[in-house]
Amino acid sequence: MKPSALDLAEAAVAGNRRALAQLLTLIENNAERAAPAMSRLYSHTGRAHIIGITGAPGTGKSTLVAAMAQAWRAEGKTVGIIAVDPTSPFTGGAILGDRIRMRDLSGDEGVFIRSMATRGALGGLAAVTLDQARALDAAGFDKVLIETVGAGQNEVAVARLAQTTLVVEAPGLGDEVQAIKAGILEIADVLVVNKADRPGATQTVRALRTMIETGHPALKTRWMHHGQMIGVDDRYPLEDQDVALWIPPIVETVAADGKGVDLLVSKIEEHRNYLETAGLRAPLERAHLEVELMNRLEARLLKRLLERLPEGVLSEMVTSVQQRTRTPEQAIEALLSQAEVLAVES
Amino acid sequence: MLEQNIRVLIAKPGLDGHDRGAKVIARALRDAGIEVIYTGLRQTPEMIAEAALQEDVDVVGLSILSGAHMALVPRIREVMDSQGLDDIPLLVGGIIPDDDRNELEKYGVRGVFGPGANTEEIVRFIRHLVAADEGTAE
Ligand SMILES: Nc1nc2c(ncn2[C@@H]2O[C@H](COP(=O)(O)OP(=O)(O)OP(=O)(O)O)[C@@H](O)[C@H]2O)c(=O)[nH]1
Ligand SMILES: [Mg+2]
Repeated sequence: MKPSALDLAEAAVAGNRRALAQLLTLIENNAERAAPAMSRLYSHTGRAHIIGITGAPGTGKSTLVAAMAQAWRAEGKTVGIIAVDPTSPFTGGAILGDRIRMRDLSGDEGVFIRSMATRGALGGLAAVTLDQARALDAAGFDKVLIETVGAGQNEVAVARLAQTTLVVEAPGLGDEVQAIKAGILEIADVLVVNKADRPGATQTVRALRTMIETGHPALKTRWMHHGQMIGVDDRYPLEDQDVALWIPPIVETVAADGKGVDLLVSKIEEHRNYLETAGLRAPLERAHLEVELMNRLEARLLKRLLERLPEGVLSEMVTSVQQRTRTPEQAIEALLSQAEVLAVES
Repeated sequence: MLEQNIRVLIAKPGLDGHDRGAKVIARALRDAGIEVIYTGLRQTPEMIAEAALQEDVDVVGLSILSGAHMALVPRIREVMDSQGLDDIPLLVGGIIPDDDRNELEKYGVRGVFGPGANTEEIVRFIRHLVAADEGTAE
């Protein structure tokens, strides 16, 4: 007999690591079956500091995650890690290799590492990853680090929904700063230039600094009284509040030997303290939850609608659009009205 | 409902420094739609058990080319069992003499594959193994 979802949640909250691992699997495979577990553990969540780490492939995110985890462990904090790698769109399989860089963390009960493939689910990545982070939170981990490759939109969305988001750059990946190309600079609370031992690091820092000074959303500012800059910042629900602005610091690191990692960790703590003292923690969480609920609603509604449509209808519509007998918009109208008729009948 | 993905840990215990074979298998499994957790060279039995536990894998595949399988496999099994992972089957890839194969079965090794093994056969074997275990677990 397999343990029930509820049993897994109980045991995971009580510190059973195998139950926690099995719960993470359940969350990933079957949201419906995981639901009772999530409601059991939800009241235990909200304590961990959730940190997203994103950036171009190969910039050293996993190595950095391992180094940060060690720094927090030295302070007695426990660390849960979710490392997300892409699923092959052709085969549905994946090679999840982030643990290779995390071998120094092995044998430490205060660390729990889980690798995850993006799989294909519609908007499902964020929902799954956030629920897994909640499971680690409820299991008592102080820091929950989520590593995603900053390439796909879904992956970036996940990092963005963390409390503190790191964007990792490295010199020598091309003449342009990768995060600018990927359009992910804007989501950074802390910018990391890793591989600072490599030539070109100084230029990368300079390019980032210029970007921040000229184009960062935090600096769509107005100058206010006290000579203090007050931001109209897209990332935070600031509205009319008179709060000091958070300008993302740029931290140089050599993840491979730990250089700069203590500073990075202190900047991450600083960001959390900033959210706290500026009174932004709760409104930020609220804004994130709103995004999450919208995403989940969208996915559920779509699923429900598709389930309602008789088989083949969708494919017929595609045919009619291809044959120019319907415009795409007309096809959608037809699909929706069919689904509505069926809903009334049932 | 989506088909549940199979998760396999591919680990390279022992001290030899070649993981080409392990990588070939990892890629073949990925291409067959399997999720492979790959942990790199020189894994201790403790590391393997820990990764198998945290990643909640269905199968652990060990690539052992050093000839030290009779020392490594029992030790890995022992550490895994002590963590309650006795239900996770092992597969071994490497040059394993016939006499040793029977011996390895005692340690929960369900399949042994030589260097020339057909990757499709390995994939099929893993699918069967997982399907059979799912069947008995429900
Ligand atoms: N020179 C140098 N190399 C580094 C540094 N940090 C990481 N590396 C190397 O960069 C390579 C990639 O590191 P990872 O940590 O796997 O990078 P990643 O961003 O997690 O990669 P993906 O998950 O594949 O996107 C490895 O060979 C690391 O050893 C560093 O500070 N300096
Ligand atoms: Mg990585």
